[in-house]
Amino acid sequence: MRLLVLLALALASPLMAQSNMPSSYWAYRQLPDAKQEAQAQALMQELRCLVCQGQSIADSDAELAGDMRDLVRRRIAAGEKPGEIRAWLIDRYGDWVSYRPSTAPIAWPLWATPIILLIFGGAIVAGRLKRKKS
Amino acid sequence: MSRALRLLPIILLVWILGTLAWKLVQPSDPTIRSQLVNRQVPAFELPAAVPGVPPLRSSDLATGEPRLLNVFASWCVPCVAEASVLDELHAKGAKVDGIAIRDTPGAVAAFLERHGNPYTRIGSDRNSSVQLALGSAGVPETFVIDGKGVIRLQHIGPIKPEDVPGILAKLEEVR
Repeated sequence: MRLLVLLALALASPLMAQSNMPSSYWAYRQLPDAKQEAQAQALMQELRCLVCQGQSIADSDAELAGDMRDLVRRRIAAGEKPGEIRAWLIDRYGDWVSYRPSTAPIAWPLWATPIILLIFGGAIVAGRLKRKKS
Repeated sequence: MSRALRLLPIILLVWILGTLAWKLVQPSDPTIRSQLVNRQVPAFELPAAVPGVPPLRSSDLATGEPRLLNVFASWCVPCVAEASVLDELHAKGAKVDGIAIRDTPGAVAAFLERHGNPYTRIGSDRNSSVQLALGSAGVPETFVIDGKGVIRLQHIGPIKPEDVPGILAKLEEVR
């Protein structure tokens, strides 16, 4: 029975259909210019794969992730800045597509929380020390 | 230290735990919606996906009357289920254009042969670049576009028979 289940699993086709077209040109190729490739890599690490959410497009083997790497490398090679490409994608998919935390006003409480907690903790410690002395 | 201030950490903890518990019972929605709804279709120009069906440019989507833009692929299983519903929409007067993702002319021709052709025009998007420009994250997806070329609705996943009245109503609404 176990063997049968394993066999069925091995033979089952994956739910995520893939086309039978070859990957896009820059999906699995590095840019010849090392500096540009480094820029592209850094950006691809911070962009979310739309299909296998939770992976970056640098990590994912999904076709759409390959096409996104192709887009990133093509645009970097054409001289576009990584920030512009990120903004272009956020414009289409929302902040969600970028792993880099937003600095928009909505995220300010998030940035401020550690500082506030630190001040709060400092105040408690200061209060205790003072009480011990007296 | 005042009593209220002492309670503050406990209140914070309860609040954080409450949020976590609420998020745990809340079913997660992994759908990625396009931010382009109520904005102009981005400019693009795609070659024909199959001989005999005209190619698709963004200007073809601003013809003065509302249209459906269906993002599909011959290798996509839910698209097969959707094909007959698109035929029905077409029969009921909806104008449908298609973008075939990562597809070959032969495969698209076989798909149309087998499931019917509701499309006026089909563009071939071989590296998903127009799909990405549209903010679409998968196949099938359908956009309702008004006569001026503005996206009015994004339907994610296959259009099911029960979605037909809603889509037709939206096409009428944006006319």
